[in-house]
Amino acid sequence: MAEADAAPGGAEDLIIEITGLNKWFGQFHVLRDIDLNVERRERIVICGPSGSGKSTLIRCINRLEEHQQGTVVVDGVELTHNLKNIDAIRREVGMVFQQFNLFPHLTVLENCTLAPIWVRRVPKAEAQQTAMEYLERVKIPEQALKFPGQLSGGQQQRVAIARSLCMKPNIMLFDEPTSALDPEMIKEVLEVMVDLAESGMTMLVVTHEMGFAAEVANRVIFMDEGQIVEQNTPDEFFNNPQSDRTKLFLSQIL
Amino acid sequence: MTKHAFHRSRAEMLSERPPPIASRGVIGWLRANLFSNYLSAALTVGSIAVIALIVPGLIEWAFIDATLTGEIGKDCPSEGACWAWLDQRITQFFYGFYPPDAYWRVNVCIALLVPALAYMLFDKLPYSRYGRWFSLAYPVIAAILLVGGLGLEVVRTDQFGGFMLNLIAGLVGIVLSLPIGILLALGRRSRMPIVRMFSIGFIEFIRGVPLITLLFVAIILLPLFLPPQVTLDQLIRVMIIITVFASAYMAEVIRGGLQAIPQGQYEAGQAMGLGYWQSMRLIILPQALKISIPGIVNTFIGLFKDTTLVIIIGLFDILGQARLLQTNPDWLGKVDYETFLLAALFFFVICFSMSRYSLNLEKRLDTTRR
Repeated sequence: MAEADAAPGGAEDLIIEITGLNKWFGQFHVLRDIDLNVERRERIVICGPSGSGKSTLIRCINRLEEHQQGTVVVDGVELTHNLKNIDAIRREVGMVFQQFNLFPHLTVLENCTLAPIWVRRVPKAEAQQTAMEYLERVKIPEQALKFPGQLSGGQQQRVAIARSLCMKPNIMLFDEPTSALDPEMIKEVLEVMVDLAESGMTMLVVTHEMGFAAEVANRVIFMDEGQIVEQNTPDEFFNNPQSDRTKLFLSQIL
Repeated sequence: MTKHAFHRSRAEMLSERPPPIASRGVIGWLRANLFSNYLSAALTVGSIAVIALIVPGLIEWAFIDATLTGEIGKDCPSEGACWAWLDQRITQFFYGFYPPDAYWRVNVCIALLVPALAYMLFDKLPYSRYGRWFSLAYPVIAAILLVGGLGLEVVRTDQFGGFMLNLIAGLVGIVLSLPIGILLALGRRSRMPIVRMFSIGFIEFIRGVPLITLLFVAIILLPLFLPPQVTLDQLIRVMIIITVFASAYMAEVIRGGLQAIPQGQYEAGQAMGLGYWQSMRLIILPQALKISIPGIVNTFIGLFKDTTLVIIIGLFDILGQARLLQTNPDWLGKVDYETFLLAALFFFVICFSMSRYSLNLEKRLDTTRR
């Protein structure tokens, strides 16, 4: 893995290349001509009103949604109907969901070791050791033997992050990770995400947490009606928005 | 700053207190549960009256006035139950026409069934690694013991009968209908049209036809269509029909469970790179089956009781034996309800155990309040 720096002007090391992406849900044109290149170690925040296609966009990156036109290339592998490619990409791309989606019948530790054991064929003891390291990193190693139903929302989301990290992904996708949380729990999840960002993970985050965007993003993308309306550095995006739609959106959420 | 009337501020937070001691004791329980209002009190009194009306008479008939010994029906005076036949006939009720000198083979089978079931049903038993293998090998061992071969004298399956026949047909149906039902349920939700159509067609056809009809077709009509050199043992045909019938119901019960699993669970599995079968086996089915336990056990119990329908096609299961005894000239007119009571007792023991086990399993699998 090349240790390229994502600083502006650095050598281009694209990890995601999306070209001319179009998608429809029935007659509804949900993604329209999306072009997006993501460099390794880049941290992108995607925002926009609901129904703007931002979740669908990141779900196209690990093929939870199928696109109808255009190309999506992740880490050199193009997403087509080829199941091998899809599996290869899903192994390298972690995803954190709004509703956590932990497996309620398994303990926290088993949630974290399931995919490494069955997908990566890691020996159980090693998988457990890795899992404990990541649970420590999200600051809940003491909950390892509990079931998800016994944890608070914030704790569950941190477990979900640890579970994704256990697969040692190159890219992490976050689909509104804090939207289902009580206000007092949002902070603990964001702290974990900031920590992850500082470690150099490539991250695409759909969120309305503009403070998080300002703190860690290299780039903020604003989407509306299935298209990328504006993208810029957080500084420019918040202080000097160009399009009227962006201005309107920012005035509504800030 | 103006102080409003509603202004409050707590200096100290309240500490936790135990809940108030509710009225306990027998009187308290009676009042809360049996006589909490007029309707409940009326129901309680009514229920007691019904019990008082039925139970003493039943006990009198079944035990107090009953005749326990005797050689033939004439030995039983007219009043009270006649249990005199039990002594001669109980073996036939259980083993059917199985050769008496081979009863031990059935007994060994049942004795081995206990550990074989236990290792499948309960965790945390000693030697469970070997136990599971034993459970898997059990059907083969049981088949050899019951039918014979490998040095054991061969017993024809038309000699099987009595409660043993119900147990065999029921167990085979239970063990096979669950996996087949799972496959059909998954098939019905498959994205592949052929698989889906086949599953829907199979389920709807089998559910739409009475079990008796299917049994008749299998026993009487099928031989007319098949070439004469193809012969399939009658008992095997019955077991196939019962299994197929229960599978169709099982599939719908499990589909209900699958439907209850949120889409996010499927997506989380996919996003981590788990394949379809891995996702199903590790994530979806453990949850779906847990939700479906009441329905699954319901189907099991129904299936087990349906095994008595084999009487229609001339197999003498426990009800067949009961009818046989009732029409036997030695006992004619003296014995009727008694035999059914015995059969009911056998079925109740098995079905009630299944029901209790399912409750236990539900509690054991409940991960929300450990």
